[in-house]
Amino acid sequence: MLKYLLEKEFKQIVRNSFMPKIILIFPFMVLLVFPWAANFEIKNINLSVVDNDHSDYSLRLVNKVISSGYFKLTDVSPDYKSALENVETDKADIILEIPVNFEKDLIREQQAKLLISANTVNGTKGGLGSAYLSGIVNDFSSEVRTKWIQVTASSAIPNIEIVTQNRFNPQLNYKIFMVPALMVMLLTMLCGFLPALNIVGEKEAGTMEQINVTPITRFTFILSKLLPYWIIGFIVLTISFGVAYLMYGLVPAGHISTIYFFAAIYILGISGLGLVISNYSDTMQQAMFVMYFFVLILILMSGLFTPVSSMPLWAQNITIVNPLKYFMQVMRLVYLKGSGIAELTTELKALGTFALLFNLWAIRSYRKTV
Amino acid sequence: MKQFGAFVLKEFRHIFRDKRTMMILLGMPVIQIILFGFAITTEVKNANVAICDPSKDIATQKIIERIKANEHFSISTILNNPDQITTLFREGKTGLVICFSERFNENLMHSGHAQIQLIADATDPNTATTLTNYASAIIASYQQELMNQSSVPLRISTETKFLYNPQMKGAYNFVPGVLGMILMLICAMMTSIAIVREKEMGTMEVLLVSPMKPILIILAKVVPYFIISCVNLTTVLLLSVFVLGVPVAGSLFWLIAVSMLFIFVSLALGLLVSTLTESQMAAMLISGMAFMMPVMLLSGMMFPIENMPVPLQWLSNIIPAKWFIISMKNLMIKGTAVSSVIKEIIILCVMALVIITVSLKKFKNRLE
Repeated sequence: MLKYLLEKEFKQIVRNSFMPKIILIFPFMVLLVFPWAANFEIKNINLSVVDNDHSDYSLRLVNKVISSGYFKLTDVSPDYKSALENVETDKADIILEIPVNFEKDLIREQQAKLLISANTVNGTKGGLGSAYLSGIVNDFSSEVRTKWIQVTASSAIPNIEIVTQNRFNPQLNYKIFMVPALMVMLLTMLCGFLPALNIVGEKEAGTMEQINVTPITRFTFILSKLLPYWIIGFIVLTISFGVAYLMYGLVPAGHISTIYFFAAIYILGISGLGLVISNYSDTMQQAMFVMYFFVLILILMSGLFTPVSSMPLWAQNITIVNPLKYFMQVMRLVYLKGSGIAELTTELKALGTFALLFNLWAIRSYRKTV
Repeated sequence: MKQFGAFVLKEFRHIFRDKRTMMILLGMPVIQIILFGFAITTEVKNANVAICDPSKDIATQKIIERIKANEHFSISTILNNPDQITTLFREGKTGLVICFSERFNENLMHSGHAQIQLIADATDPNTATTLTNYASAIIASYQQELMNQSSVPLRISTETKFLYNPQMKGAYNFVPGVLGMILMLICAMMTSIAIVREKEMGTMEVLLVSPMKPILIILAKVVPYFIISCVNLTTVLLLSVFVLGVPVAGSLFWLIAVSMLFIFVSLALGLLVSTLTESQMAAMLISGMAFMMPVMLLSGMMFPIENMPVPLQWLSNIIPAKWFIISMKNLMIKGTAVSSVIKEIIILCVMALVIITVSLKKFKNRLE
């Protein structure tokens, strides 16, 4: 019985003019384009300088700031007001204002002042930008200091040397971090949305009635709906591996079978969720919106873009029931750090529970009577 | 006009009958804005750090105290052995390991030289750099204290002013983005599906034989979603002001005017999708996946556009939400005059015109 049902499902997928295309094209689109877009790194901060001093020192300072690599000098404004206009029109992100008598104050009074104004509509960018800028100013002042003052016995000054080591991704390549997570998103979109539209689609088309009058058991029916998405998921995953390798040279650090194993459980879970929603919906439109509602929240709270540990406690507690979070973790850990199943028992238990729960629910909520 | 009113009423009834969709349409913005305002932050807070301290002396204790007191860190593990670091990282339990050298204080006091290793899990480069920077700053401040400099000569002090968002709340950045996403979602997705649905069910034919002009029939379908979007706009604005504390710094009139323009562009986009597709499935997949992902990633809502490679920056120009978000940031957060967003308004107007023309042309052809 299952064999015929599966044959029917596959025929439906292949006959559909749209589905095979999206299954094949979507992974390419997502993995080729989005890793380049998703980057929080703060660089190329547009700087507007207001130099009221026009001295040797102010010039040197500006040169030092520009050569740091973080800043791009957009303009040298005659006064603060016109610099502010640049910020208002988004031409500049940060203003460095050098007051009159900067050089004179520094040398005569031994103390000078600078003004930094940062656009903090994006707080992270504005905050980091101004921190970089004051860091550079600090370096500049210590340079000036060592030039003017004889170097005293430096060994007496306690010095803590900080050595930084970046494990797993020494070039700090953000794309490497995003690629495995985008695979999770791909599987969620394809293996979650398509089943959500499936049963309700049959309801709307009227073919459901026909299946309901046959002696198929609920279990066989749900299984016949699940298996195709499993296979689709594996195809999508395999394509993704290929793209990740060819485009980004990314090979899983851990064993590839670990990924397939977890993916198998995850797809069962997310497809199960889709089927549950499909069972309860009356129209495809409704199913789509309910699914959309859940997936959006699940994605945003999965740690894909922002770390879960930075969320407030109540939000972290909500993520305990987010299957995406666990699978996201598995993908990144296995792909980038080479973790094995032994290190991923928490995730295994969580994902297993979700898969079991959603599918039992899907079987229970499927009504053969209309 | 009376007929038109009746059609609009019919569409309203359709939407209201489906309680679940209605709840999502009106509830989604509330949940999104709360999540973005409170839970989703690009800032790194309470990150788990592990400490490896073989010397356990006064200097290391003092530094550890400072790390403990810092809101960015929470110390999760004390390691006895550096060999455990890799396992710790593989279990995903920590983002940073702070490793003191042996006989830390002794070395520091006698030879004036001691070492701290900061080993970061750089799979997430953003978090890794941020954590390393924070930890370095804490260590540097301890060193400053040790140096006990009474009067450092030739000092340049900097005064920093944070414009528009002095408390640096994440919500200021996200509210315009969430607004863009919600309006786009509701307008484009809903209209596209609503029209294709009638086509697929065959009821479109029935509507078209009525004495109403086709354009009015489509308009009647669009009106309820326009109104729902306006309700959502109001909800989100109220929540931002009263719950998230994001002010409307500029002119409320222009804010709403530009939002309505954007709603119109999104509705037109939905219309375009519905003329291009035959089935609900296709319409949903196009508007749900092919629109939403680019809006989320390329509109500048989450990731700064200037960081992207040039082809993507160019691509971002055709995303209406980008221009909407820029004008919202200016009008709402910065409080600049409408003259600062003339360019954005013109671009949105042109987009609306082009999309409407193309989709109406296509639509007419299909019906003949």
